[in-house]
Amino acid sequence: MLISRRTTWSLRGIVFVYLALLLVLPVAVVFVRTFEHGLSAAWSWMTTPAAVSAFWLTVVIAAIAVPLNTLFGVTCAMSLARGRSQRRPVRWLRGFIDGVIDLPFAVSPVIVGLALILVYGQSGWFGSWFTGHGIQIIYAPAGMVIATIFVSLPFVVREVTPVLVEVGDEQEQAAATLGASGWQTFWRITIPSISWGVAYGVVLSTARALGEIGAVLVVSSNVAGSTQTLPLLVYAREQDFGTSATTGAYAASTELAVLSLAVLLLMTLLGRRRQAV
Amino acid sequence: MLYLSLIALIPLAAVAVNAFSGGLGTFWTSVTNSLALQALEVTLVISLIVAVISAVMGTVVAWVLVRDRFPGQRFVNSLIDLPFALPTIVAGVTLLVLYGPGSPVGINIAFTRTIVVVALLFVTLPFVVRSVQPVLLELDHEVEEAAASLGASNAITFRRLVFPALRPAILSGAALSFARSVGEIGTLLIIAGKVQIASLVIYADIEGDATHSAAALSVVLLLFSLVILYALRRFGRTRIAH
Repeated sequence: MLISRRTTWSLRGIVFVYLALLLVLPVAVVFVRTFEHGLSAAWSWMTTPAAVSAFWLTVVIAAIAVPLNTLFGVTCAMSLARGRSQRRPVRWLRGFIDGVIDLPFAVSPVIVGLALILVYGQSGWFGSWFTGHGIQIIYAPAGMVIATIFVSLPFVVREVTPVLVEVGDEQEQAAATLGASGWQTFWRITIPSISWGVAYGVVLSTARALGEIGAVLVVSSNVAGSTQTLPLLVYAREQDFGTSATTGAYAASTELAVLSLAVLLLMTLLGRRRQAV
Repeated sequence: MLYLSLIALIPLAAVAVNAFSGGLGTFWTSVTNSLALQALEVTLVISLIVAVISAVMGTVVAWVLVRDRFPGQRFVNSLIDLPFALPTIVAGVTLLVLYGPGSPVGINIAFTRTIVVVALLFVTLPFVVRSVQPVLLELDHEVEEAAASLGASNAITFRRLVFPALRPAILSGAALSFARSVGEIGTLLIIAGKVQIASLVIYADIEGDATHSAAALSVVLLLFSLVILYALRRFGRTRIAH
């Protein structure tokens, strides 16, 4: 289609204005508001005991959830893409996993939280057993980890499965005929060929894990210093009236935004690499 | 499989069981009381509006990113992923600062349905763009040129050739936006105020220990999500995240 100059420019203009109003301006304004009382004021909001502990809790939860999901994701992708057992229960299971793996994307985070309470809460299905053994899951960090795992479950599977299918299994078969064991083939052939897909999935999971609020909000007791993540801290400070608390909310938002901008940068770089490979 | 069950499947089953544990009648009354009905209606209408705007604007954005050349294009392209990376609660705070009380641009739409739509547009921006972009990239220029040389106007070429090729991608992006809007909570906690969105009502119910009505409303929302998921599958697209 040959498009006139005027149309090109007006389309471009529409897109710029839309993106500016929706994305760029709001984020920029928060940065400005964070530092309007000076760098030291913003810094002191970011280094209150509650903020420091929220920062570490967020990082720790992500550090538990993401590796677990990566392990699960790669295993699951392998069985979806490479599983060739035709025995009926196995085949049925594969179809079932393929069908439900996207579920966490489709389910509202609040429902995730509710679901976890119903199972792991005090009067939940498994809750009484855990309580009997002195383990608290809901309203404790353990529940927040489970919630985070839930919402970031499908990313790695979804990124790795198509790569596995695309790469094909000829090299793996070649390795096997040359006498490589299953593990050797996996580590030397499969892992290198899917590493970019895995990396991209990991970055997406991390972004989600760092920023998750809906599910975590429901299963957390939201106590500053023990069960408050950075997103929860932003929410708590935003709910507090008064300008100083709001500045605190902006400061914590900026902190989170910087974290996620780093993730975005990684995402872009990896995305480019992934397309090149 | 055990992992999947413990983390996802058993808990979701528990919601369904809990919703119906008081019998079908109780379920029905808690879904059809005026508050729940109103929340569902508002949620679905708003999500539909968001899906439509997102489909149109997403296609325009994808078009400009693929067919246009301008300095800074790569930067704009990576900007599209920002809503995936930015925590939703931060998105809520940022939109409230710009379009809330004390707004530097003098627009105060805080706690209204309009800002809810804006927030959901923010959150769902990447879906349509990222699903239309690759299709647009692979679209054959020659067919369009052939159409033009046979005397078709741009409008006709777009309607007859380009749009049909893009339609599945646009639809699946819009469906994802819709699904996401139905379930969104993070941004809305900050900006929705008293607008009764279904996910907020569920949250309030959980906080108020009204687990049954929360579960009942959840089941209805889950059904919507599942229908959308199934519809997407029928379109033959498997990649959900991007």
